[in-house]
Amino acid sequence: MAQRVIDTANHIVAYAAKAARVQVIAAYPITPQTSIVERIAELVESGEFSTEYIRVESEHSAMAACIGAAAAGVRTFTATAAHGLVLMHEALHWASGSRLPIVMPVVNRTLGPGWNIWADYTDSMSQRDTGWIQFYCGDNQEVFDTIIQAYKLCENERVLLPVMVCLEAFILSHTYMPVKIPDQEKIDEFLPPYKPKWFLDVNNPFSLANIVSPEYYMEFRYMIQESMENAKQLIPKIDKEYSELSGFEHGGLVEKYKCEDADLILLTMGTMGTEARVAVDNLRNEGSKVGTARVRVFRPFPKEEIRKLAENTRMFAVIDRGISFGMGGFLAEETKASLYDQENRPLIAGFIAGLGGRDVTFKTIEKIAKKSSEWMQAGRVEKENVWVDLKE
Amino acid sequence: MVSIKELSKEEYLLKGHIACAGCGPAIALRLLFKALGNKVMLVVPACCSSVIPGPYPFTSFAVPVQNILFEATGATASGIVAALRQREIKDVTVVGWAGDGGTFDIGIQALSGAAERETDFIYICYDNEAYGNTGVQRSGATPYGAWTTTTPTGKKERKKDMAFIMAAHRIPYVATACPSYPIDFVKKIRKAKEIEGTKFIHILAPCPTGWRYDTSKTVEMGRLAVRTGMWTLFEIEHGKFKLNSPSDKLIDKTKRKPVREYLSLQDRFRKLTEVDIEKVQRWVDEDWERYSKLASNQYI
Amino acid sequence: MSISAKARKEKPITTLSSPTVGVDKTGFWRTFRPEVDYSKCTRCTLCWIYCPDGAIARQEDDCPKIDYDYCKGCGICANECPVKAITMVREEG
Repeated sequence: MAQRVIDTANHIVAYAAKAARVQVIAAYPITPQTSIVERIAELVESGEFSTEYIRVESEHSAMAACIGAAAAGVRTFTATAAHGLVLMHEALHWASGSRLPIVMPVVNRTLGPGWNIWADYTDSMSQRDTGWIQFYCGDNQEVFDTIIQAYKLCENERVLLPVMVCLEAFILSHTYMPVKIPDQEKIDEFLPPYKPKWFLDVNNPFSLANIVSPEYYMEFRYMIQESMENAKQLIPKIDKEYSELSGFEHGGLVEKYKCEDADLILLTMGTMGTEARVAVDNLRNEGSKVGTARVRVFRPFPKEEIRKLAENTRMFAVIDRGISFGMGGFLAEETKASLYDQENRPLIAGFIAGLGGRDVTFKTIEKIAKKSSEWMQAGRVEKENVWVDLKE
Repeated sequence: MVSIKELSKEEYLLKGHIACAGCGPAIALRLLFKALGNKVMLVVPACCSSVIPGPYPFTSFAVPVQNILFEATGATASGIVAALRQREIKDVTVVGWAGDGGTFDIGIQALSGAAERETDFIYICYDNEAYGNTGVQRSGATPYGAWTTTTPTGKKERKKDMAFIMAAHRIPYVATACPSYPIDFVKKIRKAKEIEGTKFIHILAPCPTGWRYDTSKTVEMGRLAVRTGMWTLFEIEHGKFKLNSPSDKLIDKTKRKPVREYLSLQDRFRKLTEVDIEKVQRWVDEDWERYSKLASNQYI
Repeated sequence: MSISAKARKEKPITTLSSPTVGVDKTGFWRTFRPEVDYSKCTRCTLCWIYCPDGAIARQEDDCPKIDYDYCKGCGICANECPVKAITMVREEG
């Protein structure tokens, strides 16, 4: 029986891990992920969730334990945030290089100092080079659905790369929203048990991850890039297939809202993406032809979707919840890079907003849209990176 | 009673591996497989043993091996043990096989965590008293006065007492061993296999490259370490301390060879002064006071 | 065939290494080779157990047989033999 619940994204994450029949969990608490590991502990100790739960002593060890377990042939899971994620950094590379299908929710919290526990994308964006697939969720329903979809995606032979499912600190992690949890039987049909092609086995011994010379190395890296391209093909298909049992589609790689005839597209991610829909409706009521596109998958970067959107619009206003210091907003810079070869490129304005959990409401987004429209009329973007709501 | 001739002729460290000539850890690896056979999964962090078996696409290990990040042996083993339990695979022993660097220093956290969680695996630290793999830099296991590339005038600090650190975790079995005493080592590994929980075996693995002695003397060097009391063979089983042969006969100081006999054979101790040697002798004697009390009181 | 298709055909997608005898022909490392005087040998098998390379085989009668393809000439066997039945002889050429 499908269930309708009202719960925080963190608790939903725990239920998704259970629904995915994860076999080994190794996790370390960090605000604001703690209610994930706490809820998992409750489910395990009540007997509801029969999994191995290793209460490791650091995030680096969490990822190392997941690597060991996945290499030994089971479905694995961990969850973290902020400093925990970056502590795992070398282990993230080890997981993707080992081609292990680990799924990890990341509760996006910024990095300190200033020591701030609230939302921005600095943590997961700083790991965008690690060979992990990255999803960014806009609401709690999507969090549940994406975790199940993530296992289906990453256990596919043509992918075999680990996946981060990102959700913003407090805005999603601790906020109650209605979620429909599909019938377990249907989930099991969609996501059968993990059957790895290779795993540690005394009957078929091999060494995993030993030294390799320049003679062989590059081809392994090429294969990772290729798998990222394969993932791009598979993600929309999996989203569609899953929507048949959940009733919700999340846009595949990029979720579009009223973009078909839009002059100005607000390009953003996560909850700013869902909030932007409110702004778009208000602006449309005022007569503006605005749309919003929420980039759901950041790695692999959806270049083709961006290019398609760019063909039919005059301007992108890109709103980034984070910045790559010395350059610009993550999404803005990669969008510009994707469009370099495009004929008749749209104008692109980059906005930095919401760092360290500063609130980005639909009113803020409307202001961003209005500023962008001014520049669109003038035919040029006046400032490359605009910091929104900065206290002077 | 196990004898050398009873040990299997099967080799699971295949010949043609690229360990240094006279490598102590390589002897220890062969003995590990003599003790356990091939129903073993090894977790090997960055250390000499991650290079000894050679590069992809080949390996000299004929058992499953998970090579892993330097710090992570204990954690990775925890993951594998959990996975095998989920898969209901019961007859495989998970062994963490790490050098002193991955045990004393960068790997101590993961080992401590695994032990506190009562992870059911055997952790063997093969101690060549330096970061051998990367060219003999000092580690927390490097003894006082030893030359290494990062302590060229001799290490100023003493070696960590790793066996007692692990015993303080209240794990069911802690032992020290040395490949120069092969039967003792094999017996300890087999005993560890039968015990549930975390088992820690610390072996002295002499290294001609790092210790600067002739390659032919590796086994002799281990024997001398034991006979001078610089290395002691003991077990701590559920907190109960016991000296093993021949260390049990060395409580009497007159039966121990002077440490000088051990130190003078290794070029890494070349810079030790008379004052240094006296210090080392005094520390060894103090350790033996402690062993003597433990041997009679038994509980640590 | 694309590079990666070919690579996948020949190799796995990550570095999985197969157990192999003779990763290196370590016999070439030697400057001295051990020679066994079988008239002195008591078949104690100590040389067999102490060889770091497993290059000494223990035959049916426990007689040691040195595999010179892999013996590195470290000399441990000669040093440990209780009856000094093994001598280290300099390699020619």
